[in-house]
Amino acid sequence: MFPAAFDYIRAHSAEEALAALAQHGAEARILAGGQSLIPAMRLRLARPAVLVDLGGVKDLGYLREEGGDLRVGAMTRDVTLERDANVRARYSLLTDTGAVIADPVVRCLGTVVGSLCHGDPSGDWGAAALASRAVMVARSASGERLIPIDEFLVDSFQTSLEEGELAVEVRFPTPDGRTHGSYQKIERKVGDYATAAAAVQITLGDDGRVTHAGVALTAAGPRPVRVDAAEKLLLGQLLTEDVIRAASEEARIVSDPFADTRGSVEYKKDMARVLVARGLRASAARLGTGVTA
Amino acid sequence: MTATDTTDTTLRTVTLNVNGQTLHQQVEPRTLLAYALRDAGLKGTHVGCDTSSCGCCVVLLDGDTPAKSCTMFAVQAEGHQITTVEGLGGPGNLHPLQQAFWDQHGLQCGYCTPGMLMTAKAMLEHNPDPTDQEVREFLSGNLCRCTGYNNIVKAVQQAARVMRDEAQAQALAGMVPGTDPSTGTAGGGAQ
Amino acid sequence: MSIETDATNNAGPQTLTMGKGMKRKEDPRFLTGNGNYVDDMRLPGMLYMAIVHSPYPHANIKGIDKAAALAVPGVKAVITGEDLVAASLAWLPTFHGFDKQMVLAVGKVLFQHQEVAAVFAETREAARDAAELVDVDYEPLDPVISPFDSMKDEVILRDDREDKTNHIYHWDSGDRDGTQAALDDSEVVVTERIYAPRCHPAPLEPCGCVAQFDAMGRLHFWVTSQAPHVYRTAISLVTGIPEDKIRVISPDIGGGFGNKVPVYPGYVCAIVGALILKTPVKWIETRTENLTTTGFARDYHMDVTIGAKKDGTVTALKVKTVADHGAFDAAADPSKYPAGMFGVVTGSYQFPVAFAELDAYFTNKAPGGVAYRCSFRVTEASYAIERGMDILAQKLTMDPAELRRKNFVRKDQFPYDSALGFTYDSGDYEGTMDKALNQIGYAELRREQAEKRARGEYMGIGISTFTEVVGAGPSKHFDILGIKMFDSAEIRIHPTGTGIIRTGTKSQGQGHETTWAQIVAEELGLDPQNLLVEEGDTDTAPYGLGTYASRSTPVAGAALALAARRVREKARKVAAHLLEAAAEDIEWVDHKFQVMGAPSRSVTMKEVAFAAYTNPGEGNEPGLEASLYYDPPNMTFPHGAYIAVVDVDAETGEVKVRRFLAIDDCGTVINPMIVEGQVHGGLTEGFAIAFMQEIPYDEQGNNMAPNFMEYLIPTSVEAPVWETGSTVTPSPHHPIGAKGVGESPNVGSPAAFVNAVMDALAPLGVTHIDMPLTREKVWRAIRDAQAAAASD
Repeated sequence: MFPAAFDYIRAHSAEEALAALAQHGAEARILAGGQSLIPAMRLRLARPAVLVDLGGVKDLGYLREEGGDLRVGAMTRDVTLERDANVRARYSLLTDTGAVIADPVVRCLGTVVGSLCHGDPSGDWGAAALASRAVMVARSASGERLIPIDEFLVDSFQTSLEEGELAVEVRFPTPDGRTHGSYQKIERKVGDYATAAAAVQITLGDDGRVTHAGVALTAAGPRPVRVDAAEKLLLGQLLTEDVIRAASEEARIVSDPFADTRGSVEYKKDMARVLVARGLRASAARLGTGVTA
Repeated sequence: MTATDTTDTTLRTVTLNVNGQTLHQQVEPRTLLAYALRDAGLKGTHVGCDTSSCGCCVVLLDGDTPAKSCTMFAVQAEGHQITTVEGLGGPGNLHPLQQAFWDQHGLQCGYCTPGMLMTAKAMLEHNPDPTDQEVREFLSGNLCRCTGYNNIVKAVQQAARVMRDEAQAQALAGMVPGTDPSTGTAGGGAQ
Repeated sequence: MSIETDATNNAGPQTLTMGKGMKRKEDPRFLTGNGNYVDDMRLPGMLYMAIVHSPYPHANIKGIDKAAALAVPGVKAVITGEDLVAASLAWLPTFHGFDKQMVLAVGKVLFQHQEVAAVFAETREAARDAAELVDVDYEPLDPVISPFDSMKDEVILRDDREDKTNHIYHWDSGDRDGTQAALDDSEVVVTERIYAPRCHPAPLEPCGCVAQFDAMGRLHFWVTSQAPHVYRTAISLVTGIPEDKIRVISPDIGGGFGNKVPVYPGYVCAIVGALILKTPVKWIETRTENLTTTGFARDYHMDVTIGAKKDGTVTALKVKTVADHGAFDAAADPSKYPAGMFGVVTGSYQFPVAFAELDAYFTNKAPGGVAYRCSFRVTEASYAIERGMDILAQKLTMDPAELRRKNFVRKDQFPYDSALGFTYDSGDYEGTMDKALNQIGYAELRREQAEKRARGEYMGIGISTFTEVVGAGPSKHFDILGIKMFDSAEIRIHPTGTGIIRTGTKSQGQGHETTWAQIVAEELGLDPQNLLVEEGDTDTAPYGLGTYASRSTPVAGAALALAARRVREKARKVAAHLLEAAAEDIEWVDHKFQVMGAPSRSVTMKEVAFAAYTNPGEGNEPGLEASLYYDPPNMTFPHGAYIAVVDVDAETGEVKVRRFLAIDDCGTVINPMIVEGQVHGGLTEGFAIAFMQEIPYDEQGNNMAPNFMEYLIPTSVEAPVWETGSTVTPSPHHPIGAKGVGESPNVGSPAAFVNAVMDALAPLGVTHIDMPLTREKVWRAIRDAQAAAASD
């Protein structure tokens, strides 16, 4: 299959990209890694009139820690995180997530920011960003603004980016030594979207009680879903099987998937429960404490 | 627009660097890289699906990045060094991966083989001594309908061994002043 | 299986490779991007074709407006079904012989994605743009999706047919009354509805063609065909082009698995386009076109009933099947076998009496019913009996291996006449199963399972001891479109002792260029490296029925061996001349001719070949070649014993295949490396069918698996590590004792996987779940069983 025709603009800087967006307005789409957009265009499910290619914007391809965050530029590929020793050592949630997105070849071109901007509720980065409380950085002619991920992810294939804005970065807060996470995904095969998936990240205090909790679901609603009730329930608790059971049950309740070839609503909801529980256990194991008896 | 290259939907010429050669190819902006390469006579790059699922079209960008060339526009590839299976090795000078796929019966119909070879090449650039499980994971964006993958894993492991031995031989040769480390090894690719 | 490969590949002229893992001669071109597939053809002035497909499964066509499509720059023509009616090309006979298929829809569409119009343009992109703009006015009709609805005949789907019914045909075999009586008398009877889901062969190379009429009006047709000669005849019959004015070339084929046997509407459209536009036309399917319009497989609903004594001795088998053939009966079975070889459903067991019957129906689904890596419905049959035997074992609380052992056809009973009319050629079912049980450590696995069950863990061991029937087939029974299912070989030896081999088959990855050379090399004492194999060009290859149904080695392989022996007989006379002896005193020993009783007086075939052209001897015909058409006296019956070991995650329903062992008996092995490769590939497809592959339709008639995002092909991560082995029971009637192997692993493995999962769930009382065994189906079975147990 072949995409519908479009105009192509290769930007060499963020400013050039912003100028192109200003000129073409809603007709233009940003092309970063292209691993979601181009397949959609090939099936003619997406038909942008203008593509603004960030491939030439070399200075957006960075990955660095700064100001207490891991900063991931708009042209940073999934594989860059996957291969980064620091990310692998400290950002267990992101490492898990990065290993199960699409397939390894797609991850060599796909970008983290591009995936978040695509806004697919079945995309894996959304839940990981929610659980780790990421922040998006949007740039426009009038400057930059920070958008908490909860506000950024609005609806299916819809973000809070405004016309003329370019997402240039996502920031993941750097976990301290008492923080770990896990991404648990059920997929029918490598390359499939999640049947169900859960992102979990927890911080334990010196007394072994949860001081911060992030719990979010993929493919469980019109956008990635934060499981508020589970997070609240976990705070201040020791990670016992009872607590895990109760928190994961909240995931089942809040999960609101649609039935498709991957499974029924009932199955997907129950898998949200199972995967949150597994994610909590895996996080506890990574923290060295394990599940409290 | 003063600061950007704009195009329209009529044919334009892209300049692609493929296997060390410069190609000037007439394309539309929407022309997928896979077809631009095939239309240039590099028919080893195959297309097997419409959904970026099969990996028959994998080529290398800049030596070590595998890319599904059906999920990339030719215009995006300008400025990259592209390697296709034709650049890996020819019938008379097979790359260790090609030799290993032959030795281990790692192919049957041959349709997935070029993409499989290119992905394997990219993996060994970053991980010269993989476990079988790592091979399976890295090749999981490349479908094969014929082999069941067992022999492909064996082939990649054989090639990895040969390439490690070659690298070691080159390193040892480099310790002796006056010798050219690029000679005296078998196989080797165009890169 | 340990395989000896010829790592140096520097075989000397007398280095023979029969039974050895000779590396494949075709590989260097595939490895270097020098393969030559249909899409690699580029001709001057070549146009691209795109097809317009129906979004509706059932609708009247009120009108088609081509204007917008024709206005797209670069578009040369748009054709519709009405245009084809004018040219008498609107319908295409199916290979089955009972039906015909619309080329482009006329009046109504009968399945979603049916071909409605074809667009010809200068670029692929323009053809696709224009296809979008062909404006078809549809009047949607209610679709009939289930054959169980279709059989009520409330809506007649095919008003073009004389018979106003959705029923296509009834087939039966065996003793209806005797079987029922035996079942009535049986101490134990089990019955289960077992569904073999609709799936698709999905080779990685989609179907496609290039059609060109040369200046003299001769059609050159490059096409992804498993049966190029049959295509030539079919094209001639459909178009009226004299057969000598048609050349079909099947170049390198990127996998077929049965998908590339039928002739598809797109081929006819491309030929029409090339004819009317007087320029070459290329059509390459999209993956969606491949999955939604070309030959599907299976879709059999089978009611399997087995009777037995309490000790496990089987007494009768009854199978009643409802077959969903979709909108047209485009199955590719031999004419006299509408249900293919389904009669092999008695499997490896001594059923004293059996009865199988089948009724086929039209529905608003894609047409097909091809033999997907299967010798015509053998996969369905094998799955039914191997699943049924396990259900019986579960009912009797017998070990499934012991139940099989009790009922196997014994080694000394061959040739064995089955209750449904096949004469099995040879086999050693018990020996093969015992080898498998020993090699996998069956007793130890059962001990481990007992421990796990005590801990509430779900581990399963599944056995399948299948018998296949391949090598169609003897001319008194087998034909396609009336053409008998022989195959052919031509061998021409050059003066220097090299040669060229041609057959009527067509490799799609099976390695004919290697194995054919090995067979001839063995028969003639020549170097297989210097025996060129050429297939697929109807101008040069002898007429044959092609490669599918594991028939190449049983039929063409036999033709090759016998043709080579003809060459040898001819060579014997030349050898006699060279050795100055009478021809009857020359014997063929150790791959050379020698004078009887005087081993020192000998000549090689290479020497004889040179003499055949330079010094053949008085009265001897010069040259050294032979051709032969082989009509097999019987089918061959490969068999095997497969064992799967699985672990089931009760929380998610995930099944992990921990081990899988396949012991295959395909008779004499020509190249064990290639045989093992075939087994690996077939097992992987069987795994996919068991766990993930299906073409489901929703209630509105939408095809729910129209691309590789939904039609799931296992990757290297999901595919298990395969363990293999073999026993060798040669076929008594095949010249070299070979039976064929390509399909055995796909035929035999689905039941092993499903049996293993059912074995894991047996403590819950689960007896059967239909494939594919998705996580949700397994999860639901466990959950429902646990809930039922809790409420007891």
